[in-house]
Amino acid sequence: MADLTSAPVPPPGPEDHVRGEGELLIVYADLGCAHCAAAWTEIVGRPGRLVFRHFPVASKHPRAPALHAAAEAAGRQGHFFAMVDSLYGDRGHVDDPHLWRRAEELGLDLDRFEADRRSDAVAQRVRRDFTAGIRAGVARTPALFGVAALRPEDRGRV
Amino acid sequence: MIAVGESAPDFTLRDQDGEEVSLADFRGRKVMLVFYPFDFSPVCSDQLSLYQEVKPEIEEKGVTLVGVSVDSPYAHKAFQAKLGVDTTLLADFEPKGEVARAYGSYIDGPGMANRTLVLVDEDGKVAWTYESPNPGEFPGANVIFDALA
Repeated sequence: MADLTSAPVPPPGPEDHVRGEGELLIVYADLGCAHCAAAWTEIVGRPGRLVFRHFPVASKHPRAPALHAAAEAAGRQGHFFAMVDSLYGDRGHVDDPHLWRRAEELGLDLDRFEADRRSDAVAQRVRRDFTAGIRAGVARTPALFGVAALRPEDRGRV
Repeated sequence: MIAVGESAPDFTLRDQDGEEVSLADFRGRKVMLVFYPFDFSPVCSDQLSLYQEVKPEIEEKGVTLVGVSVDSPYAHKAFQAKLGVDTTLLADFEPKGEVARAYGSYIDGPGMANRTLVLVDEDGKVAWTYESPNPGEFPGANVIFDALA
């Protein structure tokens, strides 16, 4: 079992999904969360470097694990944020056929998307973000962190 | 708030299924009492949903998570179903808030428990407590794991 005791927010790393340049903004978000969807336009509209971290709360949003897996699978074909934008832009169509339609609209290889979103590697990738969020004290989403949330020794590197 | 090292006041309350549950039932095992204001309130919903996500890890530490509020067993049952959680929820319903009062968690004006965590050890002693600065905030799950480390 993972260590879930308190720890600072991890600095951006090569696995992270990053959009934009400039001042760091790390967001822990739930793709099934209405508050996150409502805030998404404002979050992506801010100038700076946005790092998206997965924080699905499945008991509250039963489709959240599937949505995060879909976004991660889209990311493996270079379209992570396009899928996130799509999911937050239309929260009413989140069943599997809707995910396939979204993948097609993004021009993804559907067989690969399907295999990736159901893979252990993707589930583990999502869980790593979730675990780091728990350790950082994320309680509700969206949870936003700036550079001050990082360890002092990490702040100069980002 | 009850002090660490004190004997945890025993109680017998009904759970979401109407079954009686006593603190003494947990003797020999740790139990984390999660006092919260009300079923269906937005913050309480987020808190119990979050803890559900790490319940296996909490249980791995030999700890049973138990929610306590002033709501009735019927409300607890509906709340459990709405949230999709299986944490035992105890009804501190009549006399209202008696258990929360015994633990120093009750807030008189609004008539509810504050958001409070109480870890009771295997011998029935209070091993750790946490009280939110106000009922609108709840501690992240990391706080629970820090207490169990």
